[in-house]
Amino acid sequence: MEGIVGYGAYIPRNRIKVEEIAKVWGADAPSYKKGLMLEEKSVPSPDQDTITMAVEASKNALKRAKIDPLEIGAVYIGSESHPYAVKPSGTVLAEALGAIPEVHTADFEFACKAGTEGMFVALGLVKSGFIKYGLGVGADTSQGAPGDALEYSAAAGAAAFIFGKENIVAEIHETYAFMTDTPDFWRREYQYYPQHGGRFTGDPAYFKHVQGAALGIMKKAGMEPSDFTYVIFHQPNGKFPFRVGKMLGFKKEQIETGWLVNKLGNTYSGSSPLGLTAVLDIAKPGDKILLVSYGSGAGSDAFILEATKRIEEVQDLAAKTRSILEKNKKYLEYGEYAKFRRKIRKAE
Amino acid sequence: MPTPSRYWREIPQRYRLEANACKSCGIKFFPPRQICPECGNKELEPDKLAEKGKILTYTVIRVPPHQFVDQAPFAVGIVELEDGVKLTGQIVDCDFEDLKIGKEVKIEFRKISQEGESGILCYGYKFVPV
Repeated sequence: MEGIVGYGAYIPRNRIKVEEIAKVWGADAPSYKKGLMLEEKSVPSPDQDTITMAVEASKNALKRAKIDPLEIGAVYIGSESHPYAVKPSGTVLAEALGAIPEVHTADFEFACKAGTEGMFVALGLVKSGFIKYGLGVGADTSQGAPGDALEYSAAAGAAAFIFGKENIVAEIHETYAFMTDTPDFWRREYQYYPQHGGRFTGDPAYFKHVQGAALGIMKKAGMEPSDFTYVIFHQPNGKFPFRVGKMLGFKKEQIETGWLVNKLGNTYSGSSPLGLTAVLDIAKPGDKILLVSYGSGAGSDAFILEATKRIEEVQDLAAKTRSILEKNKKYLEYGEYAKFRRKIRKAE
Repeated sequence: MPTPSRYWREIPQRYRLEANACKSCGIKFFPPRQICPECGNKELEPDKLAEKGKILTYTVIRVPPHQFVDQAPFAVGIVELEDGVKLTGQIVDCDFEDLKIGKEVKIEFRKISQEGESGILCYGYKFVPV
């Protein structure tokens, strides 16, 4: 049986509160906080990007996997904020980990679903026997246009997973993908900020695809919501995961452990993968976990996992996600945030 | 600013802290050397620097070279790694009032600089508090 051999997370230390953003745009902070169920979000420093966060999350995954990086046969990063338009992020990651040169590398893009895409493909190659270990990373330093609702949530973070067949910490029992062509969120070539369809991002987009993937994988596996200890849904804001969970018949307690968005924001490709790391941090052997991502455009990947006896041996081998989220935080004012996110136009 | 070829040549050191050590006298070199300057031995074996250490000394740069202007003010320090090697680098994610000689730090992978708006991005190591 194949599954996760090691996992790791990374979150930048900078935060900005909803009130600080709302103050600049004359928006009503309490209604945004209530409407989005969001208090603050992570912000990358100027020297952090998708690549640097992917490297740190992957190093944490290696600490738990305890494998030789040279045995990794595939390195995949999913992101909508790859630093280069042309030049892979994965080559830098593979070099930094010492996994080169006999390694297949690719960058994935599918809005917020790109992370689980990389995981899906890495797992598939392990399952087929093509490679011994595969690394899948979801990482993003996403931007919302100034003053747009997305600016309150677009955050930064990364989660990495090494898949293999030996010394597994969580078996993957089932996978499933659900996808249609739905233009709910996009960014055209050369455009700096994305655009979205407002409320159209809800019912025909997020809710349809997350429900489709969750129902599809549970049917395929012959399972129902009560069979799972934990469930993680993509977290574009605080409300959507609880609402879709309720629609599917999950309880709040099953969702809360992997629900990080209120203090983290939406880390796009890192969102549901980071939720999974927070669950694995406290999972007990035998716990069953459902992971459902969502990427605009639109589609969802779903995974059913079961923690093994080894999970408790590796949990303390690297920093735990909630501890990273709470430790060494630095709150930014909007001006510093605008500088960090290169929102200020400077002379060349 | 490094050219792509110079940057590329330094990747093993910048990304993975690859060093080497003299097989005869055991001295560690970073970046790696081909001949030991102490004993003249040509047999050196691959090694890697430790990823944790303590701040030996530091300063805060407020008027930096032009490619680092956006990062100013920032701290630069000499860190004695756990293997005894002393390494210079930026110290980030640490408020200046918390910088102390003897403070424990670890290596983290960060963007060091970029060649304008269209050139290559240069990555490498910086120090962050443990």
